[in-house]
Amino acid sequence: MSGGAARSLRRIGAMIERYLYLLKGSWPRIVELAYWPTMQIVLWGFLSEYLVHHSSYLAQASGMLLAAALLWDVMFRGQLGVSVVFFEEFYSRNLGHLFASPLRAYELAGALFVISLLRTLVGSGMAALFAFWFYHFPIWQMGFVLAAFFMNLIVMGWAIGLVVAGLVLRYGLGAENLAWAAIFAIAPLSGIYYPISVLPQALQVVAHALPAAYVFAAMRALLFHHVVLYRPLWEAAGLNVVYLGLGLAIFLHTFRDARVHGRLLNMGE
Amino acid sequence: MSGPAAISVTDLYKRYGTVTAVASLSFDLASGRVLGLLGGNGAGKTTTLAMLMGLLLPSGGSIRVLGEDLLRHRYRVLPWINFSSPYVDLPHRLTVYQNLRVYAGLYGVRDAPARIRELARDLDLEELLDRPYGRLSAGQRTRASLAKALINRPRLLLLDEPTASLDPDTADRLRTYLRDYQRASGAGVVLASHNMLEVERLCDEVIMLRHGRIFDRGAPADLVGRYARESLEEVFLDMARGRSQP
Repeated sequence: MSGGAARSLRRIGAMIERYLYLLKGSWPRIVELAYWPTMQIVLWGFLSEYLVHHSSYLAQASGMLLAAALLWDVMFRGQLGVSVVFFEEFYSRNLGHLFASPLRAYELAGALFVISLLRTLVGSGMAALFAFWFYHFPIWQMGFVLAAFFMNLIVMGWAIGLVVAGLVLRYGLGAENLAWAAIFAIAPLSGIYYPISVLPQALQVVAHALPAAYVFAAMRALLFHHVVLYRPLWEAAGLNVVYLGLGLAIFLHTFRDARVHGRLLNMGE
Repeated sequence: MSGPAAISVTDLYKRYGTVTAVASLSFDLASGRVLGLLGGNGAGKTTTLAMLMGLLLPSGGSIRVLGEDLLRHRYRVLPWINFSSPYVDLPHRLTVYQNLRVYAGLYGVRDAPARIRELARDLDLEELLDRPYGRLSAGQRTRASLAKALINRPRLLLLDEPTASLDPDTADRLRTYLRDYQRASGAGVVLASHNMLEVERLCDEVIMLRHGRIFDRGAPADLVGRYARESLEEVFLDMARGRSQP
């Protein structure tokens, strides 16, 4: 490994350490990681149990709602793991120190991805265990394809998270609610709990541009028909490469713009 | 003086639309020297410091740090620089030790625990290392921020109001420490301050800024003599109130 790459990894490691310190020092943050996904599973678990006995559709595929809820949460947590963790630097008025150091903006993005991955594994992992203990739904029985679902969804979350972080870098913390709004704007189009064929034609076109729509279509095929559809997963991966690239480009552009307009020194609550 | 200047600034400009924040700023600072930036609020001190540390892109001009072009090779230069400012905080929930550890990692400091212990001893932070930064008093935060500024043994140290919020005794000891560090390390120091006694004591040369432009410059004693005043504070007041021209 070259000296430059080693130094870059060391800086990414320092930022990961910074976010782990933050988690370690705040038990409410740790509880929160598992709380929301678990509450989501409680809600959808009870609903599933009820519907299984009252719906032939769901009787064929018990667990579909739980799987959808768990996987949707991967994307949601993945996005928050980038954007909300980045907001911590605003809350603490620390951006000036960070970017006067040799830390590159893309290295910060790399650290945010790692922390997002860890947070999502903890949160969604707890929720998956909960789904197994209480509703006897072992999501890991999906096998290796679960990893493909997970990675596609979390990468889409990262792309959205970078755009949200960029917008906050541009417009300040007044735009932080975008972190919550952005993901919910996409939810109805992602075909989480229903096929996107139920959407109006114009919205179906939009849905086809979303990696999540392909992942949930593949999930339903697996749960209903016990087949693994590789094509939609590759299509999702291809779209994710484009979106992650776009997200990174927007983040880097807003970072440079912040340097032009002097926002790095003054941003805070 | 052999070797490149600690920092060499040529014709530096910063404009925001039609507003000119800094204009025609040029100076050289040799290693081992301290330069003071003096000026009232809005004179362009913080804008200048932000450009010198690469946080703010100038509209024109050049900045060379130890011979390297900061604007073209920012990431080659940044490991040699550090700064402290009361306008930028460290993460509140991390302890002082954790904060210093993170920045040691970012600057690639070898044997970070030893360096942190050394700074904690020098800056009287030993009792505070395990305390969250957000629970420190204003003066303690200033010292912790200064420890962060020195973590990488910078060859160019940029200080914005370094003794703000400190009691006179602590401020005096900190100035002594900074002077000792600067002499021992040969670092160049750029200091923006409203504390004229501090500037007179620490600075070899002073640039007086007004409306983003250099109003006058020179050694503190020379400026006092040139304006036929008793102290630098009187010179500053004359400049701020437009009572005298160089």
